[in-house]
Amino acid sequence: MSMTATADFKGEASRLFQRKRLFNFGLPAVILVYFVYIFFAFDIPGLSERASIDNARALVADSYSHKTHVLYDARSESIEIAIEGERKGTYAEGTAPDWVNLTETGMVAQLGRGHVVTYEGDWVRYDIPEFGVIEARPSRSGVEMVFPQGDMEDQPEWINASKNRLAVTTDRGRLTVTRTRAELFKYDMGWELFFFTLDSPFHGKGFGELLGLAVSGDPVRPEVSNIAAMWHDFWNNAMWRHSEVMWAVFETILMAFLGTFGAAMLALPLAFMAARNFSPFMAVRFGVRRVFDFVRGVDALIWTIVLARAFGPGPLTGALAILLTDTGTFGKLFSETLENVDEKQIEGVQSTGAKPMQRYRFGVIPQITPVLLSQLLYYLESNTRSATIIGAITGGGIGLLLTQAIITQKDWEEVSYYIVLIVLMVMAMDTISGWLRRRLIQSDDAGV
Amino acid sequence: MADLSAQAPITTDGIRSAYMAMTRRRRLYSGAMLAIFVALMVAGFNLADSRNAGGFWDGWHNVLDFPAQVWGEAIEKAHELPGHFVTFFPALLETVNIAAASTLLGALLGILMSLLSTRGMARWPRMIPVFRRIMDILRAIPEIVIALVLIFVLGGGPVPAMIAIALHTVGALGKLFSEVNENASLKPVEGLQSVGASWSQRMLLGIIPQVAPNYLSYALLRFEINIRASAILGFVGAGGIGYELKNAMSWGQGKFDEAAAIFILLFLTIVFFDQISSYYRDRLTKGAQQ
Repeated sequence: MSMTATADFKGEASRLFQRKRLFNFGLPAVILVYFVYIFFAFDIPGLSERASIDNARALVADSYSHKTHVLYDARSESIEIAIEGERKGTYAEGTAPDWVNLTETGMVAQLGRGHVVTYEGDWVRYDIPEFGVIEARPSRSGVEMVFPQGDMEDQPEWINASKNRLAVTTDRGRLTVTRTRAELFKYDMGWELFFFTLDSPFHGKGFGELLGLAVSGDPVRPEVSNIAAMWHDFWNNAMWRHSEVMWAVFETILMAFLGTFGAAMLALPLAFMAARNFSPFMAVRFGVRRVFDFVRGVDALIWTIVLARAFGPGPLTGALAILLTDTGTFGKLFSETLENVDEKQIEGVQSTGAKPMQRYRFGVIPQITPVLLSQLLYYLESNTRSATIIGAITGGGIGLLLTQAIITQKDWEEVSYYIVLIVLMVMAMDTISGWLRRRLIQSDDAGV
Repeated sequence: MADLSAQAPITTDGIRSAYMAMTRRRRLYSGAMLAIFVALMVAGFNLADSRNAGGFWDGWHNVLDFPAQVWGEAIEKAHELPGHFVTFFPALLETVNIAAASTLLGALLGILMSLLSTRGMARWPRMIPVFRRIMDILRAIPEIVIALVLIFVLGGGPVPAMIAIALHTVGALGKLFSEVNENASLKPVEGLQSVGASWSQRMLLGIIPQVAPNYLSYALLRFEINIRASAILGFVGAGGIGYELKNAMSWGQGKFDEAAAIFILLFLTIVFFDQISSYYRDRLTKGAQQ
């Protein structure tokens, strides 16, 4: 080694180091600059104005709790108690939850920790420990109010009082009185009426009681056994619509299944036409590949819109949209797999005098099956997610239910329920496809 | 040899008949499987067809009506198309930006999560299952779910879409990255540890250089997927080209030239980024082989 060579090496090495150093500092800097650009391009400083903390609070509160409305209507002079204020959750006249005592002239509601709300005639009283009693009365000319001390103006901030409206918010509940009505909201943990609605004889019974009823002989409803009656009441729950929701989940899985396997069936013959070693004609190869690129490039979103115009909303539209997009994806993947097959096996089969179809069947298919199956099953799981998204756009399956529930902006407990179902659905599909992948590919390795 | 033949007399005829029986049985099984599969597909399509608003057999000849209509209007007003391209370019840029920012964010968090959930590299080895479950859940939630909820809280715009896609990307890339990590050599990490390097130094200097090409290749693939996702999220109110498309569609007939322009822009963008990413991914994997 001469001195010049060493110097050359040294120079080269230090240049390399310099380049590396530049890269190591340059790349994070570029990313940082990009994020700064995004920060302003997406108007993140203005986010605080657009964001609604109230919405977030309602969303979080609703997702784990529910509220019961106790409404006094001054015009009809009637009291109505309804869970979430929904017609389906309304208590029948003369019945009430156990924290409400109906009286001759109104009702007494125990909110716990000494908070008591009383409706008596058209007077509404809220007894708050360590504060006193607030009284109010709806009337045409405005809400009459009596506070334990002070006037409308000098009340604490959890009391919002004006001429036509009084709102009292405590940690036990919320009371509003307007000119025509008084309404009390009480918050409770859990999803309301998840198993049985109020009209079911099984509502409000504990698990042990239900189990006892299930095994006991005397039916709550004549003709049907208790278990059947329970299942009927649960399955047809008007508030949560379990049967419809399960159908929707099934529809979503159906979309994914039909789309994935339909695409695979279409793509396999086309992939042979696009593979270099199986398709002798350049023009055919080129044409088929461009078809793959086209259906993939158009994307599921546009296919969904186009197909929904022809077939209307529903699971078929979603399935076909997935089918079209994935035909492109599978075609590309399959033809790449085909180009990588081992020619020796085909030659071996050919040497026994096999015809072209037999060569494909025994020389090619056994080689590619494990790869294709594993890709297919992987896409089945990912398409379950796509089917949820496409369902939200085109109107089918659990995606549709989810968007509908979000659009109402109040049934957040249903939204959380659907999200849980979607996550469970995708995870189940992931597990099943992973299990199948292991089983099928292993048995193929051992067998064929 | 004598022992073997004493246990079971193996003759060519015996082997032959056993083999034929096995083949027949296997053929029967595969035939039955195929029949069940075909029956499932047919029944599935019939079911989906019956639950669809419009039937397949009534609608299939209308499939081309809408594209024809859009195409017709686009041709009719061809001179306005370049103008539309210019109008919608900022929206397109927003869609691409959502995808890029969320891929970057998701990849950075995904690297962290993958390192934390790979045996031998994890900062807190006992927490590996926890990080894995977090990634599983993030991966299982479709972007649209998070996006719709965030749109309600944060208002419309690109930020909900970016967060939603980024979260999903963390789950998806985190899993792929941790598979890459498992194949990385732990020797550099041990070497660095012996000279007293901290965890972040060990990861940054010992692991990342080994796995960076594979990371990059997966991230590029994800970017491709995220462009599509970001267009779809725009359609449900998260801004970008999808939002413009929804508006253009709702204008109805006579305004389809705008929809056509957006279709073309979106198609070209997707194909463009597909090509670029597959070119670079090809180079990265080929480079790794050499």
